[in-house]
Amino acid sequence: MLAPPSPVTVEIIVNGTPRRACVEPRTTLVDFLREHLGLTGTHIGCEHGICGACSVLLEGEPVRACCLFALQVEGLSVTTVEGLAPARGELSRLQNAFCEAHALQCGYCTPGMLIACHDLLARNPRPSEEEIREAIGGNLCRCTGYQQIVDAVKLASGQEAAHG
Amino acid sequence: MAKFGLSQPLRRIEDPRLLKGGGRYTDDIALPGAAHGHVLRSPHAAARIRSVDTAAALRVPGVLAVITAKEWREEGLGEIPCIIPLKNRDGSERASTPRGALAEDRVRHVGDPVAFIVAETPKAAKDAAEAVVVDYEVLPSVTDLDAAHRPGAPPVWDHVPNNIAFDWEAGDRAKADALFAQAAHVTRLTVVNNRVVVASMEVRAAAAEYDAGEGKFTLYAGTQGSWLVKNLLAESVFRLPPEKFRVVTPDVGGGFGMKLYLYAEYALVCMAARRLGRPVKWTSERTEAFLSDTHGRDNITLGELALDKDGKFLALRTRNYANMGAYLSTFAPFIPTGAGTKVLASVYDFQAIHAHVLGVLTNTVPVDAYRGAGRPESNYLVERLIDTAARELGMDRIELRRRNMVPRSAMPYVTAIGQRYDSGDFAAVLDAALRKADWAGFPARRAESARRGRRRGIGLAYYLEATGGSPTERAEIRFAPDGMVEVLVGTQSTGQGHETAYAMLTSHELGIPIDRIRVVQGDSDVIPTGGGTGGARSLYSEGQAILATTATVIEKGKQAASEHLEAAVADIEFTPQGGRFSVVGTDRGVGILDLARIQRERAAKGEPATLLDAAEVAEIRAHTFPNGCHIAEVEVDPDTGLVGIARYIVVDDVGHAINPLIVRGQVHGGVAQGIGQAVHERTAYDPESGQLLSASFMDYALPRAEDLPDIEVELIEVPCETNPLGVKGAGEAGAVGSPPAVMNALVDALSDDGVRHLDMPATPEAVWKAIHGAKAA
Ligand code: FES
Ligand code: FES
Repeated sequence: MLAPPSPVTVEIIVNGTPRRACVEPRTTLVDFLREHLGLTGTHIGCEHGICGACSVLLEGEPVRACCLFALQVEGLSVTTVEGLAPARGELSRLQNAFCEAHALQCGYCTPGMLIACHDLLARNPRPSEEEIREAIGGNLCRCTGYQQIVDAVKLASGQEAAHG
Repeated sequence: MAKFGLSQPLRRIEDPRLLKGGGRYTDDIALPGAAHGHVLRSPHAAARIRSVDTAAALRVPGVLAVITAKEWREEGLGEIPCIIPLKNRDGSERASTPRGALAEDRVRHVGDPVAFIVAETPKAAKDAAEAVVVDYEVLPSVTDLDAAHRPGAPPVWDHVPNNIAFDWEAGDRAKADALFAQAAHVTRLTVVNNRVVVASMEVRAAAAEYDAGEGKFTLYAGTQGSWLVKNLLAESVFRLPPEKFRVVTPDVGGGFGMKLYLYAEYALVCMAARRLGRPVKWTSERTEAFLSDTHGRDNITLGELALDKDGKFLALRTRNYANMGAYLSTFAPFIPTGAGTKVLASVYDFQAIHAHVLGVLTNTVPVDAYRGAGRPESNYLVERLIDTAARELGMDRIELRRRNMVPRSAMPYVTAIGQRYDSGDFAAVLDAALRKADWAGFPARRAESARRGRRRGIGLAYYLEATGGSPTERAEIRFAPDGMVEVLVGTQSTGQGHETAYAMLTSHELGIPIDRIRVVQGDSDVIPTGGGTGGARSLYSEGQAILATTATVIEKGKQAASEHLEAAVADIEFTPQGGRFSVVGTDRGVGILDLARIQRERAAKGEPATLLDAAEVAEIRAHTFPNGCHIAEVEVDPDTGLVGIARYIVVDDVGHAINPLIVRGQVHGGVAQGIGQAVHERTAYDPESGQLLSASFMDYALPRAEDLPDIEVELIEVPCETNPLGVKGAGEAGAVGSPPAVMNALVDALSDDGVRHLDMPATPEAVWKAIHGAKAA
């Protein structure tokens, strides 16, 4: 059996701060964040690119952190759920709307959902219901049935969410 | 001072933490010095294990241990048990399917655990698993329920003839048969209730540490109640006193029944932690979850409905084959029997019911409770039967239901299968749903769809569910030194928002602001007993325990206040509004939090004091019966067979809704799972090899945001009469009503194509075949 290749040092700018760790080259970005930096807000739901739980923003674009090696994003800037709130102890407008509309139950898909919705609102400040459903179409949630997530995005974008 | 009453859409207490990435799920727990486990699983559906050679694996750098059934036996460890006794029709006991955590001489499904490799890193453990050499003699296997109980099917267990683990019945056979003999019409229908993979978004994980000095294990795992797992570890696996185990359940990313049980991996991390003298952690991968988490449903049921000449139901007979998988899981035999059959009467008046259930073993992942656990299966059968009967009789399907519904005036009502319904206004709920759905306006919508070349159908299902679970529940209230009021509960939230609901209830009873209340759950050392969460039992059972405890707090508070205010106890009154004890007819009084603090300070100084802390165990005497009406409209593209859900309406009676926001969320989530089961989720085994073909999210279709409609929910509160809160439970209801509503709508959509019945899941392929096959015939 081959011994694993020797560790490499990777530096990534995470939520505005350069963070460095010495890892096996096969370490994925999500493992780098969770295990080496202790940022456990980013979750793993499938480790094969389908569920969206591991979504983070890479240079502002949503990506699946389970499908990237940490090495591949060396020197780039990554935003995780821990970096979405404007300040410590506060919630972003979107996070607040998630709370208001009951858009989370177990909270496991939530970090990925927030990343997807954050990206949507950055591109499209007043998305339609259809556009919202499309934007979160790559994020699985087993708890909510998605509707209250749609409502939350509407709320965050200043639109009435008129649902029963 | 913020003061919230009941029946308010209060924002959840747990949310800010979860929204900021501050949730703490099992895999987020990093125990210092932890080693990592990986499970080597059987690649075969059935095989004899000739030998296991671990030598090469032990040489992989970083490997600490390779555990097989041999080590398990050497340590004298016991079984991962099924805890449901069941008697067959002939009075004998059900078959037993004993298993330890690791397969010894036979593997019985793809994914059956064979070895547990522990290493310095998860990757090293996984690498080493590839170096374990298992010599398998592959045996014939059977994964299909319908094939497994036929003579000549490969035996899953050599001692179980025809793979039938139990043969059980309930109800009055003779009376049902007599009514069938005199019936004017009999409708017969065989339905498949498809196997579903639970797929909580958080996979299972476990971490254990062992304190050699005390001989005590601590297990962290995402359970639905730490106490069941603790007791089974102690009694069945390690055969040690329960106090040698502490089970801690942190945040849980969805459970839906699947996380109730003691799983092999939980026992293995404990065992390995003791062997190695350091913490051991295991986290499932997604495909592993498909192969090792219990699955749900998987029944084939023949239903027979006898009616008189006026369309009045006489009797119901069922024969249900229930796939149990390769081993009888913890609660599995109870699901199709006791749990499922108790709602067979649903909301209808029958003179007799007879249910016959056969539990069948197959070379598949074990099946156990999944959201609704038996009740969705029964409701699905009954509601499909009624639609089919209406069609056969040329009667309106609403009218047929109406004619047979139990009227409100008949409450309390005892059903033909022996359940006592305390409350319900089924006709009113039905009418509300028809109005909300604009049932009468459907033909216009159907015509509009037809102009676009689509087949539109409308379907209705009236469901009734019976909540269940542990017959007692405990609550404790502590006035903590930091000024917070702790509410210790025996249930376990896996996302339902219990923290909020219990805090609201406590606040309402004691007048304590919500932000001063801290709900504590999940730690078996802090909370001595608990019934856990399952069967939508939490609010009505924990709610009763909290009410009993707050009552004791108030009693003690009166005593303390009488000393503090120097008045007779009889003259002290408590006003929940504001949370004040006062002397009747005076303005002298003291707030509950101040009083608790004063008493605590006195006690600390060694002065006589009456603490307000209290704990009570409530006995849960009756089930509750949430019920409601679901109406689905579907639109089918005949060229592709694709089914879209165009509209979805729910009118629910879940009794008193303490937090309507949470209730709606529960209903939405349940409906989504039911729609998933009806049209998306297909669990496919290869009939030859027994491989699970749908073992990833690429192959198994969970409903996505674009697949689901807006779900309109209206709540009609018919208070439950058997608990003081009037609540009935909302956790499972959505998943009970939705499969029959969707399938009734789909059959309606395809009725002009000659389709009379369609089984779940109605995938595009199945629907296309139904349309085009029915035409050809
Ligand atoms: S964990 Fe990355 S997409 Fe599922
Ligand atoms: S809230 Fe549980 S998976 Fe989305």
